[in-house]
Amino acid sequence: MKARSKRLMLVGGGVALLVAAVALVLSAFQQNLVFFHTPSEVAEGKAPTGKTFRVGGMVEDGSIKREADGLTVSFVITDTAKVIPVSYRGTLPDLFKEGKGAVVQGKLEADGTFRASEVLAKHDENYMPPEAAHAVEQASKAAATVSQ
Amino acid sequence: MKAKFLVPLLLFFGLAGFLAFGLTLNPREVPSPLIDKPAPNFKLARIDDPASTFALEEMRGQVWLLNVWASWCVACRQEHPLLVRMARQKLVPVVGLNYKEVRGDGALNVRGMALEAETALAVERARGWLSDHGDPYVLSVLDVDGRVGIDFGVYGVPETFLIDAEGRIRYKHIGPITPDSLQQVIMPKVEELRRAG
Amino acid sequence: MIPELGHFSLVLALVLALVQAVVPMVGASRNRFALMAVGRPAAQGQFFFILVSYVCLTWAFIQSDFSVQLAASNSHSATPLMYKITGVWGNHEGSLLLWAMSLSLWTVAVTVFSSHLPEAFVARVLGVLGWVSVGFLSFLLVTSNPFDRILPGAGEGRDLNPLLQDPGMIIHPPLLYMGYVGFSVAFAFAIAALLSGRMDAAWARWSRPWTTVAWVFLTAGIAVGSGWAYYELGWGGWWFWDPVENASFMPWLLGTALMHSLAVTEKRGAFRSWTVLLAISAFSLSLLGTFIVRSGVITSVHAFATDPKRGLFILALLVIVIGVSLLLYAWRAPRLGGGGSFSFVSRETALLGNNVLLSVASASVLLGTTYPLFLDALGMGKISVGPPYFEAVFIPLMTPVVVLMMFGPFLRWKDDDLVAAVRKVAPTFIASAVIGLGTAYAVDHVTWRTVLGLALAAWVVLASVQLLAVRITDRAGAGLGARLRSITASWWGMWLAHLGVGVFIIGVTLVGSLNTNLDVKMRDGQRAELAGYSFTFRGVQDADGPNYDAARATIDVRRGELAIATLTPEKRLYRAQGMPMTEASIDIGPFRDVYVSLGEEIEDGTWIVSIYYKPFISWIWLGCTLMALGGVFAVADRRYRRLAVRETTLSTQQRTA
Repeated sequence: MKARSKRLMLVGGGVALLVAAVALVLSAFQQNLVFFHTPSEVAEGKAPTGKTFRVGGMVEDGSIKREADGLTVSFVITDTAKVIPVSYRGTLPDLFKEGKGAVVQGKLEADGTFRASEVLAKHDENYMPPEAAHAVEQASKAAATVSQ
Repeated sequence: MKAKFLVPLLLFFGLAGFLAFGLTLNPREVPSPLIDKPAPNFKLARIDDPASTFALEEMRGQVWLLNVWASWCVACRQEHPLLVRMARQKLVPVVGLNYKEVRGDGALNVRGMALEAETALAVERARGWLSDHGDPYVLSVLDVDGRVGIDFGVYGVPETFLIDAEGRIRYKHIGPITPDSLQQVIMPKVEELRRAG
Repeated sequence: MIPELGHFSLVLALVLALVQAVVPMVGASRNRFALMAVGRPAAQGQFFFILVSYVCLTWAFIQSDFSVQLAASNSHSATPLMYKITGVWGNHEGSLLLWAMSLSLWTVAVTVFSSHLPEAFVARVLGVLGWVSVGFLSFLLVTSNPFDRILPGAGEGRDLNPLLQDPGMIIHPPLLYMGYVGFSVAFAFAIAALLSGRMDAAWARWSRPWTTVAWVFLTAGIAVGSGWAYYELGWGGWWFWDPVENASFMPWLLGTALMHSLAVTEKRGAFRSWTVLLAISAFSLSLLGTFIVRSGVITSVHAFATDPKRGLFILALLVIVIGVSLLLYAWRAPRLGGGGSFSFVSRETALLGNNVLLSVASASVLLGTTYPLFLDALGMGKISVGPPYFEAVFIPLMTPVVVLMMFGPFLRWKDDDLVAAVRKVAPTFIASAVIGLGTAYAVDHVTWRTVLGLALAAWVVLASVQLLAVRITDRAGAGLGARLRSITASWWGMWLAHLGVGVFIIGVTLVGSLNTNLDVKMRDGQRAELAGYSFTFRGVQDADGPNYDAARATIDVRRGELAIATLTPEKRLYRAQGMPMTEASIDIGPFRDVYVSLGEEIEDGTWIVSIYYKPFISWIWLGCTLMALGGVFAVADRRYRRLAVRETTLSTQQRTA
């Protein structure tokens, strides 16, 4: 009898703990998920106002402008169909460039500007020095001769 | 009693199922808002004759491919032999969009280069590349500053767009075309569009 | 020629791995000693050939042999020698080869340090490790051959990703892999136990040191990785809850649980099936981590080139290894039987509680990491799960862990008196709460997080002191020196590692609540102030390295009249990849770091400079070091050596009998 009630207590404690943990995880999810939207979705009003979300696209060529303080940057993110103006204060990642992909996280202001708290740039894997490119090309030629 | 020992296994299979599904998603796939919409019009200088231009409307009435390439793009070399073979077999007309030929090349510094000089250099490089590797294109146009590329939502090079007789984008292929993707995806779509048109 | 030699060696290693996987297993099931004895030489030979293969690959990098595709894409003739060598594992194929080599090294360690174990058991362990190795070597050879040639060779290489050209990257991956892969030994022990049905205190005692050593490597590896992120990513963050970081953190959490669970299984014979499940899960999460990193199924800032075909192969591997293990578990674990009973108030309960909490924490990290994938799979939108989620989950989960962690050692095994135990630690507990509140008030930062963090840290430190005092006064007779000497190394290990957690919490809490930063536009001679320090910009010079061009700023840091440091942050442009990099400059101190990084030049001579003041941040790594050191002490305990000797004689007797 004693052993059984002990076991019950352990199992009960474990179950209570699991329930608490699940509740914790769910509430954390509820409050902290960051959704991703395209500029088109933002333009269609599908993105929430006053809530943090992410927008991804390309930084439009010629759109990066620095304000007088030198620290606030504004630029335009586009998915080619729609654009969204972004304003950001802080240091930009090394790989942030016009014409390259970027993801910004922040909130949408009433005037339609996206105030970013975080800017993520995409790594580009396309660069290769001509010599290496030449080598790869030779290799694929060689492969083609073999397969024919 | 024994059933509870099976729980970890079942949980794991659930997870593995999702992971397997995750593999079928292409993390590089950006949903293109342009599918089934009219292709952005453009009028750009031709590489074979930079004095004359080519406009998108000129392909109206045909089902064709717009292939985005550049001489600095390594993956383009991978798909190029296939494009040449397609041209030889006259499968489908392909127009080349040479994208940021000069300023896209990380090895070159183009800061302060005049647009005319950049265009001239781009023509030279692009022609050199086509004569070395073969020219599979009906014609190729120069998108020196990448503006048309942006209109098309070019994310990286190479990319290929399938455009129908009415000038609508019907499909976008990201990355180099492979024999598989050509036979199983692109050509069936081309045939379907031709039948429909 | 040398790359072909490397390739050939790798094939031979695979053949030996197959031998190691099959022959000793057959021997163990048929009780044939001759077959079992094949395991050791096969494992050692396999290691030799993988080593040869690895050296060949390194050779190609050092010699700048750009006819090897991997060297051409990850090295450059101008790359410093150190980064040519580390460039070998700065890519998919090379890091997998390193993975395979770690596995093989662990296997060799098992062959060397297992003379006291029963032959049949060793044979099964080596067999299991052999199967894992077969999986990874064939993955390498089939989908990711590091020796692929390009003919004719490239004139110049593409260079290693500049982010990886850093001293931290020299040791981070090998440490991390030794940790990850080290759990394979505990895994193999667990599978061998399931196969043989032998699962007792001796089994736990054999598994413990292996698990602890792997855990030490993993702890050190994670700490070095976070240190690397701190100074290399240029904005002073030290943990990002990035999928790749999570991939190493999940096995760490389960590994911690496993170490403690093994302790109970050894001392009290309890938690058997739970311990086995933890051993399987810890290694499964290591494999899953490899999958996440290598398949690109979850995109991460760390991910370099990925390939779905490889992803499919690893997934298959994962399903086979984990699936078979869990199936075996479901089939055999019910027969393992329970161990010694214990009452609700006992050290076992405290350990079990923390075990469960650590597992739940690990599961919540797994959920947070894979949730974006689930939603995407179900077509419910693209999301990202960021640090706020993990913090919201972790603080409430870890708080009871830390409280129990220091309460448990005061409890006796099997049964204790709750009232007496609580009475013992209650003053310490109350004092900690007071200290937490008081310190938070003193540093003028009374948020519930700061108070909680400081109170927990105080609890760990005070309870550690009390624990040591109790331990010393409990022993009767002799002087203080003799009493201190009577404490075992493993007890010191436990004490140090727990203290390390306290130090870690101090660092995390204070840097989290007190760090300040400033982004400022600076020109020659201009000054900025932050946290009582003044920063004077002394212009920018060229500072080109072997494979990059750089602009280096000079910034004088003063505090009042006192010159503190001259910092030289750089902005580099790596030539081969045309990739810019920010190189921060840090004045490291015991109680604060001053961290400066250089942004862009916005007009001639005017730069954006980011300045960070990070109080107590080095305590984070000090805490990790103490934890790792604790593990080292635990393994160094004399009893392992004594027992080893005794069991050797025992097993020889059995054999001769």
